[in-house]
Amino acid sequence: MKKSYRLEDLDCANCAAKMERAVAGVAGVNRVTISFMAQKMVLDAADERFEAILDEAEACIKRVDANCRVIRK
Amino acid sequence: MKKLKRWYLRLTRKQKLLLLRILLAVVLFACVFTLERLTELHKLIFLALYLVPYLIAGYDVLIRSGRNISHGQVFDENFLMSLATVGALVIGEYPEAVFVMVFYQIGELFQNLAVEKSRRSISDLMDICPETATRLVNGEEETVSPEEVAPGDILLVRPGEKIPVDARVLEGASALDTAALTGESAPREIAVGDKAVSGCVNLTGMLKLEALCGYEDSAVSKILELVENASFNKAKSENFITKFAKYYTPAVVLAAVLLAVIPTAITKDPATWVYRALIFLVVSCPCAVVISVPLAFFAGIGGASAKGLLVKGGNYLETLAGAKTAVFDKTGTLTAGAFRVTEILPAEGLTERQLLTLAAGAEYYSNHPLAVSIRTAAADVKLTPPTKVAEAAGRGVKAEFSGNVVLAGNAVLLRDEGVDFVAQKDDSTMVYVAADGRYAGVIKLEDVPKPGAREAIAALRQAGVKKTVMLTGDRRAAAEKVGEAVGIDEVFCALLPQEKVEKLKGLLHKKEPLFYVGDGINDAPVIRLADVGVAMGGFGSDAAIEAADIVVMDDDIRKLPLLLSIAKKTRRIVTENVVFALVVKLAVLALATLGIANMWLGVLADVGVAVLCILNSMRMLKK
Repeated sequence: MKKSYRLEDLDCANCAAKMERAVAGVAGVNRVTISFMAQKMVLDAADERFEAILDEAEACIKRVDANCRVIRK
Repeated sequence: MKKLKRWYLRLTRKQKLLLLRILLAVVLFACVFTLERLTELHKLIFLALYLVPYLIAGYDVLIRSGRNISHGQVFDENFLMSLATVGALVIGEYPEAVFVMVFYQIGELFQNLAVEKSRRSISDLMDICPETATRLVNGEEETVSPEEVAPGDILLVRPGEKIPVDARVLEGASALDTAALTGESAPREIAVGDKAVSGCVNLTGMLKLEALCGYEDSAVSKILELVENASFNKAKSENFITKFAKYYTPAVVLAAVLLAVIPTAITKDPATWVYRALIFLVVSCPCAVVISVPLAFFAGIGGASAKGLLVKGGNYLETLAGAKTAVFDKTGTLTAGAFRVTEILPAEGLTERQLLTLAAGAEYYSNHPLAVSIRTAAADVKLTPPTKVAEAAGRGVKAEFSGNVVLAGNAVLLRDEGVDFVAQKDDSTMVYVAADGRYAGVIKLEDVPKPGAREAIAALRQAGVKKTVMLTGDRRAAAEKVGEAVGIDEVFCALLPQEKVEKLKGLLHKKEPLFYVGDGINDAPVIRLADVGVAMGGFGSDAAIEAADIVVMDDDIRKLPLLLSIAKKTRRIVTENVVFALVVKLAVLALATLGIANMWLGVLADVGVAVLCILNSMRMLKK
C-alpha cells in the first residue's frame, strides 16, 4: 500500500533526508520518500502491518525532530 | 513602507515571532556592545547582559537541541549551534556567541520564507483550481464544491468562472482562456459537442455542460497532483548532496574535536584552539547546502509549469539537461497531422476550381483524412451531395452527382476503372480524379510540418543535441520530405508500433541520454522506454499526461527548446550552488585552522551561503 501524508513543521532539508533514511530502515517499508519542498511523505509499506509501520515511521521522524508531526487523514 | 507592511502581514505567526525576536535581539545586542566599549564593568555583568539577546534569539534552538540530543541526534543542527555558542560564552567570547545565534536565526527565517515563497508561487502559477461548481437540478441552480460533481451532472459556467470538471458542451458557445494550463495566451473557441477541460476560464458566453467525470479524474486535479508530487522524483544531484551531508557534518565535527585536543596538548593554549574548533562547529551545519539543490529543481519545475510544461520530477529535468539525442514521432509532433492541398493539376480543358469541385463532391461523405483536407480546400465551393457512392477500401471512391460519375482515389483505382492517364512521378500523397471515364486531373497533398518546427530543431541542436531522429509509420517519400523540411538527421520510416520500440532500444546510449517526443497516445511504450519521454499536446489528454515524464500542454513544438533551456539553467544553478557552498565552507575551515577566520566570518559564511544559494535558485521562478 502506498499513501501520502503531510508533515507539519518540517523545518530543515537535512532533517528530511535524515528522516527518510531512518524510516527506510523500518521493517516492512518497501519505499519511502520525504520531500522537504512538498512537506510530505510518501510511504509504501506492507499492507497487513501498515498502521503499525506508520506508527514506527512517526517515531523515527520524531526522533530526528520532535516538533514535526505526521498528519493522518 | 506600504510594501514592507504588506510583506509583514503575509507572514505566518511563527515567522512574525521569529522576526520580532531577531529585531529585538539585534537592538539589545547593539546596546550591550556599545556599553561594553564605553564602560568598564565586571565581566560577569556583561555576560548577564549579553545573555538577554542571546536567549531571546536562541531559546528555541537550545530547547530543541536538548530534546534532540536526548534522542541521540548528535549531529543535529540545533545541537551544533548550541554547542558552538555555549562554547563561545564559556571561553568569554560573548559578542561572538550572540552574533552567531542571531545570524543563524536570520538564516533560518530567510530559508523558511524562501521555501514558502517558491511553494506559493507555484500554486499561483498554477492558478487553475476551481473553487465552486454550479449544478442544475430539475431546473434549479445549486452551488456545490467541484468534488461533489458526479459524471452526468448538468453544470452551468458563467463568463469569468473556471470549468470545474472535464465536461462536454450541451448548449452555448464561448472562448476559453487556457493560459494557466498551456501557457498559451490566445483563447480557444468552444461550441456544442466540444470538450471543456477543467481549469480553463470561461471568457465570453454562458455554457451549459454535462460532466464527463468527477473532480478527481479531471485534468485539473491530475495536473495539480503531478506538479505537487514532482519533488518525490529526486534528481541524482539531490541524492548526492544529502549523502554528502551525511558524512560532511560528522567529519567536520570530528575535525573540530581533534583541533581542540591535539594542538592544545602540544601548545598548552586551549583558548586559541577551542575557539578555532568552535568555528568548525558553526560551519559544520549542512542545511544550507542541502536545501539549495531541491529548491533549485522545485523552482525549475515551477518555472516550467508556468510556461505550460509539466515536469514530473527533478530527475527528468536533470537528465534532459544532458540529452544528446532527440527522437521525434512524425505525425502530430513534427507535423500538424492534417493534410494540406499543395498543388492542383487539372487535365486540359478544366480549371483548378472545376477539378476541386469534382474531387470534393466525390469525397462528400468520406471521413478519410485526405477527403477532409480536400473538402477544407474547397470550403468556398457549393457542393452537391452525391446520389450514389461506392467506396473502394484503400483505393478511393466512385460517386455519382450532377449527372457525372466521378472517381477520386489513387492510381490503382483509375487504372482498374480503365481510365487512360499518365501517373505522376514524384512521391507525394496524391488523389487522382476522373469524370465519366476521362482523366480530370490530380490533387497533391502534404502533411505539413508545424510552424516553427525547423527553427525548433535548429535551436535544440544549438543547445547541444547532437543527433535528431524521426520515427514514423509513414512511407519513405513522405517521411523523408518532412525530415528534410525540418532538418532531421536520421529518418526511420514504415515502422509498425512495435518496431518503433525496437528502433528506440537501438538508439539508447548508456552515457548520453536520449529524449523522445511524441503525442503520448499511440506511442506510450516508446515514451516510457526513453530516458525522458515528452508528450506534446497533453492539454485534455489524460493518456499523454499519464505516460510521459514531461508534458508539453499545447501543441507548440517551439516549446521544446524552451524546455531544454529551463533544464540546462536549472542544472547550472544546482552546480553553482553546490560548488559555491562547498568552496566557501572549505575556505572558511582552512582560514579557521590557520587562525585567520573568526566566528563572525564563520556564521556569515554559513548563512550567507544559504541566502545566496536560495536567491540563485529563485531566479528560476522569474517570468
